[in-house]
Amino acid sequence: MKLSYEWLSKYLDLDGVEPKDLAEKIERTAVEVDSVTRLDYKLKKIVVGHTLEVTDHPDSDHLHVCQVDVGEDEPIQIVCGAPNIAADQDVIVALHGSRIKDNVKIKRSKMRGVKSNGMICALQEIGYPDNVVPKEFVDGIYVFPADSGVKPGDSVMEALGMDDDIIDTSVTPNRGDMFSMNGNAHEIAAILDQTANFDVAEIESSLQSETKLLDQIKIEINDEKDTPVYKMMGVEGVSIKESPFWLQTLLMKVGIRPINNVVDVTNYVMLKYGQPLHAYDLSSLKGKTISVSDAKEGSEFETLDGMKRELRSSDLMIMADNVPVGMAGIMGGLDSEVTNQTQNVVIEAAIFDPIKIRKAARYHNLHSEAAMRFERGIDYSALNQALKEAAILIAQFSDGRVLDGVVEGSNVKKSPQVVTVTLPRINKILGTSLSKGEVLDIFRRLDFETEFDDQEQTFTISVPVRRWDIHIEADILEEVARIFGYDNLPVTLPTGAPTVGQLTAKQKLIRASRNVLEGLGLTQAMSYGLTTIAKSARFVKDDHAQVKVNWPMTKDREALRMNLISGLLDDVAYNQARSVDNIALYEQGRVFYANGSGQPEEIEHIAGVISGSIQAKSWNEPEKLVSFFDIKGIVEQYLKNLALTGEITYTAVQDLDGMHPGRTAEVKLDGQIIGFLGQIHPLTAKEFKIKETYVFELNLTEIVNAQKKLQHYSVISKYPAITRDVAMLISKDVTNEQILNVIRETKQANLVNVELFDVYAGEHLEDGMKSMAYQLTYQDINDTLQEDTVNQEFSKVIEQLKEQLDATIR
Amino acid sequence: MGLQEKLKELEEKGLNEISLAKELSKLNEVRVNFLGKKGPITEVLRGMRDLSKEERPKVGEFANRVRDNLTAKIEKRRTELEAEALNKKLSEEALDVTLPGTPMNQGQPHVIQQIIDNIEDLFLGMGYQVVEGPEVELDRYNFEMLNLPKDHPARDMQDTFYITDEVLMRSQTSPVQARTMEKHDFSKGPLKMISPGVVYRRDTDDATHSHQFHQIEGLVIDKNITMGDLKGTLVTLAKELFGDRFEVRLRPSYFPFTEPSVEADVTCFNCMGKGCSVCKYTGWIEVLGAGMVHPNVLKMAGVDTEVYGGFAFGLGPDRFAMLRYGVDDIRNFYLNDVRFLSQFNKRG
Ligand SMILES: [Zn+2]
Repeated sequence: MKLSYEWLSKYLDLDGVEPKDLAEKIERTAVEVDSVTRLDYKLKKIVVGHTLEVTDHPDSDHLHVCQVDVGEDEPIQIVCGAPNIAADQDVIVALHGSRIKDNVKIKRSKMRGVKSNGMICALQEIGYPDNVVPKEFVDGIYVFPADSGVKPGDSVMEALGMDDDIIDTSVTPNRGDMFSMNGNAHEIAAILDQTANFDVAEIESSLQSETKLLDQIKIEINDEKDTPVYKMMGVEGVSIKESPFWLQTLLMKVGIRPINNVVDVTNYVMLKYGQPLHAYDLSSLKGKTISVSDAKEGSEFETLDGMKRELRSSDLMIMADNVPVGMAGIMGGLDSEVTNQTQNVVIEAAIFDPIKIRKAARYHNLHSEAAMRFERGIDYSALNQALKEAAILIAQFSDGRVLDGVVEGSNVKKSPQVVTVTLPRINKILGTSLSKGEVLDIFRRLDFETEFDDQEQTFTISVPVRRWDIHIEADILEEVARIFGYDNLPVTLPTGAPTVGQLTAKQKLIRASRNVLEGLGLTQAMSYGLTTIAKSARFVKDDHAQVKVNWPMTKDREALRMNLISGLLDDVAYNQARSVDNIALYEQGRVFYANGSGQPEEIEHIAGVISGSIQAKSWNEPEKLVSFFDIKGIVEQYLKNLALTGEITYTAVQDLDGMHPGRTAEVKLDGQIIGFLGQIHPLTAKEFKIKETYVFELNLTEIVNAQKKLQHYSVISKYPAITRDVAMLISKDVTNEQILNVIRETKQANLVNVELFDVYAGEHLEDGMKSMAYQLTYQDINDTLQEDTVNQEFSKVIEQLKEQLDATIR
Repeated sequence: MGLQEKLKELEEKGLNEISLAKELSKLNEVRVNFLGKKGPITEVLRGMRDLSKEERPKVGEFANRVRDNLTAKIEKRRTELEAEALNKKLSEEALDVTLPGTPMNQGQPHVIQQIIDNIEDLFLGMGYQVVEGPEVELDRYNFEMLNLPKDHPARDMQDTFYITDEVLMRSQTSPVQARTMEKHDFSKGPLKMISPGVVYRRDTDDATHSHQFHQIEGLVIDKNITMGDLKGTLVTLAKELFGDRFEVRLRPSYFPFTEPSVEADVTCFNCMGKGCSVCKYTGWIEVLGAGMVHPNVLKMAGVDTEVYGGFAFGLGPDRFAMLRYGVDDIRNFYLNDVRFLSQFNKRG
């Protein structure tokens, strides 16, 4: 809420409390302050001018030449293009050397050959936003009204009150009381330890009519939950015109456009009391019964702003003889609006169900000042005075008289909330050592009537109705803490039984996984969990059902991902589109599989992508383009770090969506698939607009749950090793794995390692054949191996390779 | 000429040739020529047979001395030549050490991960556990158990992606609080936890909004937890993350699940408190929200509010990263531009 410092100083003694300091105090004690600003910021040399003479410019059809009295010995000449300029007006003059909005400097100049010694300004030109300027001055210069009392040469900034400091607070949902000047005065009084002055207006007999409002309208409220309070007062014989100058400038300062002497009063009273009011032309309601009811679903209603709105049955409507005349708490209707012809007005002061108002405001996107206040609650104890004051001011400003009586439809009453709290409890929760006296003093500052029971050490607090946010002990604790000052709280750390802070096995493994992959050259990426329906389902072999969001905002974020690779491929595409070709990224995160109507399954995955070259060309090294065996190397090395008990194998898979049919392997742990790796299918790569790319994706949840070796170590033999090489000619179809299996199955006691050191196919070899060469290492843990033993074992290998795989040993 | 003179002459000749040898091979030749089995010294020694018994030992001794001298000089010369050769080789091997090194591949954690790890480590050290929860939550845990019933206005502040009426993408990490509190056996000691993770909101992505971002939630529940403890914890956290030069300011705020509620500001990074456009001329930057856990939240999780109480806090690593590194567009964190990610390479 925009708080005028000047207005606040009518309630409180602010001498020596600078606006910035006051804002800081409000922020540290009550609600956040967005800004402290002045409308006259950087404005200079702008004065009131009186137009003595206005003539047409000789060489222009829209410019005027004005002689303006600016309080100096001689009038000055200014050329002005505004359509509403005329003689005998008090206007805003930016003199030569002045600064207007946006720090623009105004200088003497010639306009089409005629000297101009300044500029006559519109309100927008000195910094008022469009929507605050009175309608009649939106497209022209501003003209001071007669009651402004300005004289030529006066400072415009002072005349319009632009030199006031405006403290703009951001009110939290619980502090609806901070949406009124009175509420702020109460709060600041507590902060500054002062007593605020509240003026209470009464109807003077000269303003009182004898005509009874009750003779003109009836009110029937059936649902006290929807409409706990509904009251009306009337003013007769009004003449609709502009409000007094002080009220107009006040409203403009706090961002509200002056409309007329009725609407402005309702706004003023709303600012002062936090009670939204609505004024109707009495003629549209006369003789009718006012009620509040749910709208007819789908019916149409034209609001004050001229918009036709389709209603929902949850919208609360003000009805006159069952015809809607306004949307309760949101906006009035066009048909019952106060116009220049209005002679009698009736003012509505009501309280509506905050939830219904909030829903309607949200649905119709009508977040009016009134709706904002209804949503956060209304001070039940202020409504009567607010309504009365509105009637008095309207009567005063419009030469009318207040109709006799208040017509009530409902009048639910609230009494002070009684809350108890003990002194030890306060100190226990806040960590303070406050005395009874100190706490009582805080309640005194808040103006909460409090009793203290010495025996029970208990405060019994009677919370005024104006603080409807306070119901329970915790609310009181908050009040004590804020007035005591968060700054004054002690700085301690929790004591009590010690606890061990330790990552779980799963968390440790995930951290380790990240470290290993980073060591292998992959950088961590973070992608979005929500993606397109298509991308979410790519690279997924099993029949997992997708999780989709209701009412997605865009097609790009419609379904939860079932794979991490799609996101990584998007990253590759983003980078390669920007000529960053060499990519090595990994991501660790969750994939989601639908699980009936409940929460989906969330599985931790880890995935990686490499594209471009794994080693960029440099002055001393050739470029090394990524290959299948790079991604496989990464996966092998990664898995090696995890010391899985089970056996990891890789099997070719031809039909995995998005993957190269000849260059993809499933990764298995003891025969169970835990993921895959390989090359992205060239067509998929084209689709994603990426270069040749290799990926892997593993189910990390399975890996976390898999059994791990306790001891990731075997004894190193002290005895020398003996090696034997075998090179063979073999059919192309035979895989490395098959050969290894044959060797392994010979179950030789001393064979400790088999290493592939050459693969060759092509020239000089028979079609369909390839040459493979392995080195076999033999070693005994307890003794020096004899050549004979090795020869015996090795010959078995040769024999089996020949027999089982039809290998020709070379 | 006597044998002794002959030896003397050989010695001089040998020494001369040694000093003239410029290469190891030449030196070796000299060694073979003078000291070899067929060399002149051996020859001379063979001639000793013709000497008298008295002369023999004298000449023998002299011959040995000559041989030893030559051997020593050859060794000395060899060392010299080897050193020369090595020096020559080394000088030939000299490199332009200003040429760049061979590029090594190294990946690194995402900047947001770095901040999360940083915070996790701090709290692990203070005896907290790290707890994860589902990203797709029940309305009950995401809202209701946090004192946000269906019509609560604060739900508007967090526009949420729903999957069904009861299942949603969590809009905060706070549901993990509710879940953990519900399960915790307080007879086994206090509950001290943090919960980092991804959250989702119905926001249109732009420079300062993202439909996905991270949060870290913290919770301590025990018998004697005070608001002073919360303040101390937040100060410790702020100093760890931002450094000792930064001041912390606590302000009242509102969250449905805490009361009293607190918002914590730290000294603006950009202007160090003087006031600038980043901090809207306040000198302060809001970094986290916190408060004493609301009694309704404790009750709903089955915690006895007469005995137990505590505090909770929540913060956004994305926002931290933006503030700490001056990142002006939150989308940078999710585009994974390698040129962006690779900048955050400071370790330790
Ligand atoms: Zn700053």
